[in-house]
Order: sequence, then C-alpha cells, then structure tokens
Amino acid sequence: MPNMSLKKNEMPSQEPNVRNKNFLEVALGYTEEQALDEAARCLNCKNHPCVSGCPVQVKIPEFIKKITEKDYEGAYQVIHETSSLPAVCGRVCPQETQCESKCIRGIKGEPVGIGRLERFVADWHNANVQEAPAKPTPNGHKVAVIGSGPSGLTCAGDLAKNGYDVTVFEALHLAGGVLVYGIPEFRLPKAIVQKEVDGLKALGVKVETNMVIGRVVSIDELMSEYGFEAVFIGSGAGLPMFMHIPGENLCGVYSANEFLTRINLMKAYKDGSDTPIMPLQGKKVAVVGGGNVAMDAARCSKRLGADVYVVYRRGMEELPARHEEVEHAIEEGIVFKTLNNPVKINGDEKGYVSSMTCVEMELGEPDASGRRRPIEKVGSEHDLPVDCVIMSLGTTPNPLIKNTTPGLEVNRKGGIVVNEAGLTSHQNVYAGGDAVTGAATVILAMGAGKLGAKSIDEALSK
Amino acid sequence: MYRIVKKEALKPTVTLYEIEAPMVAKKAEPGQFIILRVDENGERIPITIHDFDREKGTVTIIVQTIGATTEKLRHKAEGEYIQDFVGPLGRPTETEGKKKVCVVGGGVGCAIAYPVLKKFHDCGAEVHAVVGFKNKDLVILEDKFRAASSVLKLMTDDGSYGEKGLVTDALKELIDAGNQYDEIFAIGPAIMMKFVSKTTEPYGIPTTVSMSPIMVDGTGMCGGCRLTVGGETKFACVDGPDFDGHKVDWDESLKRGKMYFDWERHKYEETCNLFSKEVQ
Repeated sequence: MPNMSLKKNEMPSQEPNVRNKNFLEVALGYTEEQALDEAARCLNCKNHPCVSGCPVQVKIPEFIKKITEKDYEGAYQVIHETSSLPAVCGRVCPQETQCESKCIRGIKGEPVGIGRLERFVADWHNANVQEAPAKPTPNGHKVAVIGSGPSGLTCAGDLAKNGYDVTVFEALHLAGGVLVYGIPEFRLPKAIVQKEVDGLKALGVKVETNMVIGRVVSIDELMSEYGFEAVFIGSGAGLPMFMHIPGENLCGVYSANEFLTRINLMKAYKDGSDTPIMPLQGKKVAVVGGGNVAMDAARCSKRLGADVYVVYRRGMEELPARHEEVEHAIEEGIVFKTLNNPVKINGDEKGYVSSMTCVEMELGEPDASGRRRPIEKVGSEHDLPVDCVIMSLGTTPNPLIKNTTPGLEVNRKGGIVVNEAGLTSHQNVYAGGDAVTGAATVILAMGAGKLGAKSIDEALSK
Repeated sequence: MYRIVKKEALKPTVTLYEIEAPMVAKKAEPGQFIILRVDENGERIPITIHDFDREKGTVTIIVQTIGATTEKLRHKAEGEYIQDFVGPLGRPTETEGKKKVCVVGGGVGCAIAYPVLKKFHDCGAEVHAVVGFKNKDLVILEDKFRAASSVLKLMTDDGSYGEKGLVTDALKELIDAGNQYDEIFAIGPAIMMKFVSKTTEPYGIPTTVSMSPIMVDGTGMCGGCRLTVGGETKFACVDGPDFDGHKVDWDESLKRGKMYFDWERHKYEETCNLFSKEVQ
C-alpha cells in the first residue's frame, strides 16, 4: 500500500542558529526509516512523468521501487546507469523545477522527495560499497576533456566506461570545477566530490591539474601533437560581471566567484590556510544579486560572523535562487533587502568600503524575460552602512579558449556555438555546460556532458 | 609536484628558482607569469617569469621574500618539490616592430624586466635600460642588463652604487638628451611604475607597465586582479598583465594592492616564528 501522506518526509537538518556558525553540511540526509516511508509515497504511476523532468532521465520510479525492496545498491545502480554523480545531484539539483515538479503526487499535496531519496541511495552506496569498478577494455581512442566540473566529469565518465582513453585537463590545482570552488562545503561536502573524481580515476581517467588550455597548450595542439582524436570543452562559466558603478574597485568589494573561491577552494576560513579573506566577524556584508550563488555567498559571510544583507532589485517572488536556498538563508538570519539597487559604493580614506548607496525600486510591466521590470523610485536614495560588498551578478564566458582556437564559433554573448549533438564549428570538438549556455545548473551541465560523450562515441566508433 | 632543479640565493632576500615544468617552458614568453603554491595549504601567488629553457623543460623565477608564502618557498631546498606551478598565464609582452625602447626596472622587478629587455634586443630594437635598487647590496643581474642594452643607467637610492637617485631622474635625463623612444617599458613596484608613467606622459611617449595585482585563479574567473584602465575595468590575468601606464588608475591600484596588508604582516611573522622554532 502506498503511503498517502500529503507531505514529504522532512529533511533532518542542523538547527539554523547552530549551522550558521559552522561549515558542516546543513541537510543531514534521511534515515533508512524515513527513506522507506518516503519511497512508499511513490505510486509507480504508468507514465512516470518525473523521468521526463530529469535532464539525464534517471529511471526514478525504478530506483524508488528498489528502495521499497530495501535493495539500496540496486537503487544506486539504476541511478548510476544514467547519472554519473548521484551524491552531487541528490544535493544540488533544483528538483522542485525538474523531476518533482512533474510528480503526480504534487497535484494534491507535496511531490515525492525524489532528490532526498537520490541522496539517501548515493550516501548509502558511498558508505557501504567499496567495489573497484571493472576497468573497461580499452578501445584505443584518445579523448581530451577540458574542465573537471559537472559537464567534464560526466563526459569523461561516460567515455571511460566505453573504453576510451580519457584525459581531463583542469586549470586549477584541484579537480571538480564549480563543485569545489563555487558550491560551499555546507551544501556539498568536498569529500563527496573527491570520491566522484577518484571513481573516475579508478575507471582509468587521467586528471591533469594546473593545465590552462589555451595557454599551456591549444585545442589544435591537443589534436595534432598529442594525439587526441576528439575534445570536449566543459570549461564552465567565465568572468564575473560587475555593475560598473562608482566604488566597485574599493578594497572589500569581491565578485562572488572570488569570495567563494577563497573560502571553498582555498579554505581561507580555516586557520591553517595561507589564503587571506577580509575578516568579517562583526562586520556588515551586502551581497548584490538574487541567484543561488548569491545565497551561497551570503550564507558563507554569515558563517564568517557577519551581519548579511542580500540586496536585490526585484521582489522576493522574483528571486532566481532555489526556494530552499532562500528559505535556508532566511532561517540563518540573512536579511533580504529586495526592491533595492546599488548605485554607488563609498569608501574611507584608506580605500576600504564604508557604505553602499542604494535606490528603492518598484516593479513595472514585465520585460523580455517575463519578469516585472524594476523601476527606480525617484528620491529614494539612501546609504546602507557595510564593510564588504559581494557582487553576484552572473558571469560572461571566458574568452581564452575562443581566442586561442581559430575558427571556433561563439555567439553574441561569447558562448560556444554547438549543434544538437554538442558539436562545435570545429571538427571533432564538442562543448557543453556553462561554456555554451552561460551560467546554469549542475544537472544541465551533466546532461550536456552526457550528450557530448554520446556524440564523441558515435563519431569515433564509426 | 614540481621539482626545484636549481636554487640560488642572489641576495639575502632575493632567490632564484629553476623549476621543472616542461609544458610551461615550452610555451612561456617574456611578460607572462606563473602561479605557484608551495604546499597543500598554500595560497596561489602570481610570479612573473624570469627565464625559461625549452629544451631542458625548466622555468626560472626570481622571488623576493616579502611574506609568508615567499618565506615558505625560501625554506624549500634544491631538489625538493613545490605543490603547484601553473602557466604560462597572461599575454606576452608585445616586443615586435620597435626601433628604440627604454626598459625601466625597479628592485626585484628587474628580474622580470630582463627577459622583456632581451626580447626587445633580439627583435632588433636599440635598447636602453634604467634599473634602480635601494642600495648596492640589492643590485641584481647587472651583467645581463649590460650585455643586452646599449645604454645602462644603474641607480641606487643611497648612491652606494651606480648613480644616486631615482629611476625617473635617469629616465628624464635620457629623454631630455634627445633619445627618441618608441616605447618605455616599466616593471617594478606599483609606485615606481606610477611615477615612470607620470614622467613620460608630458612627452607623449607610449609607456607600458606590467601590473602584478592580487590574484587567485589567474584565468579570469575571480576578478580579484581587476584594475581601471582608461575608465574601463580590466582583469590583469586575461587582459594583461601589460597595460598603458598613462591610462591606469594608479591610486586605486595602489590601494587595492594593500587590501590584505595587516593580515599578510601577521601571517609573515607567524611563519617566521614557526621556522625559527623548528631551527631551535
């Protein structure tokens, strides 16, 4: 008998007032009992609409059925057939707009907690199964993957499983891309990312860190001199955007990328780290922007002891961040100053931020994006005293690969142009993830990595 | 891990390291930089390339001990390894098509000025050099500079060697003596580059400076190295590190460079104490 409760099993979490002072994971994961109870809410309905909501088409009802049978490893294998990073996706996917938004249990009540179940299964596997994956038989083809974020890891994993000799090139000193430099420890423990990377290495994937492709070696050279028959570009989002308002280069103004990299990749919040970050204990921080990255920056600032504002020019309804992230941020004591837009950052005589001048906004008619256009309220200028400003406004594609790969076509915004197979204007060069779409989600990048691997396989096995 | 093939103390606080990094050596050009991390907890610091040997597969850097990271590096012996070494980063200096140039180097910045100067020389330009140091004890690379330049002005702040005075004094003298430079190229402390730019501006001589702001990833991702050039925000790691010295907002760059000053001083002391304890 299915469990007809209208509500999902709640996710056990650290108390807001405890977790906002540490970097440990916020959500603690279902217990076995909770997972069984939640899995029983799935009706295993005929059309399984949830699957169509998943960018990598995880066979959701099938894995949930395995949970109800207490075959957790079986459930893991079902997920792993189509998703290379279950423990990551179970944590950072926006399930509420994907699989769970299609769940028929959501029509009357809450959908099945698919993401939470995925995480349960992946964590169970990581804790209980120690098998070394069988190394596939080599097929003799060499492929280079540029970037070790979600798209690159997925592409590399799928190719390696098919016997390809895959080398992943990472510009930073640690593999994982945005999963290590961008997403904080408290949302995605780095040990999980490391485990996924180690899993790929066990499959025979080579990971070369400290390799800035375009500078140290070009894509053309990878193919002509190093014998790679195909290349997948998953180099991710690029340069952080700024507002171009006065005072933006004062000391204490960070891009969210820089702030998060110092914390997540460089561990600047830990005593032993040699990387500095502004001391924020007792200070005031304004994070400008309303996306998931803004929430991450705000919640990190809070954990460093600051009073934190999120300054966003539209309203609460329009925040692009996941609802869950916003909720978590509010619980942790972050103050949302919506309908506010910075016009100037003011500094002291030493060049450090002292305040930010904002104007109030009101919402007018919907604009091209379908969201109501924010309009400045005349005479509403006011100063917000802050010591640090974190600009979280999105990114523009990194021009490095484009500039060093003659003939590689990019669109008006600088994103690499690909066809429906993920193929760029360059023969045997594929691309996917944020480098193509601009900043998007982990799971979309994984979908693109999968497509790239499939297309490369088709092209090279001909 | 990257092996220190050769380590040579040029001065008590200035050390040359030749690092095994064949891929970097293969592509390096004058004006580009690398980012290194000494150990697992290390910060990423950008250092401009002094020299490279494509055949041997090595890259040479000259580093002044100024903080915790450079102090840790100084304690690495020849034959030992450093954690990370990535590059070449940034755009190479444009050295083609110049008839006559003057290269100005200040302090340890001379380590970087030299390969640029040599490249100008190799490209067929007549090269003058002005190099400045605090005092005689800190003079480096004099022979190398002399070999690649037709005029060398060596300045010390206290007059203990060469001529007494600032590099800007010598530069002005050379310009006023009628030397027609296509370009002035300055590398050194930001304050020196600022005043070189101020010196050449009235003469309208194109002046290129090599900026070394605070940086994290070095690939354009963090924007920490941004500066204002001609009213526009530029990233030193991808747009530079060379910029038009007449257009750089110097006061802003000087202030940004000091952002972590207190923290760095504290960390440096802590590191020095740690090493002296180990010795005891």
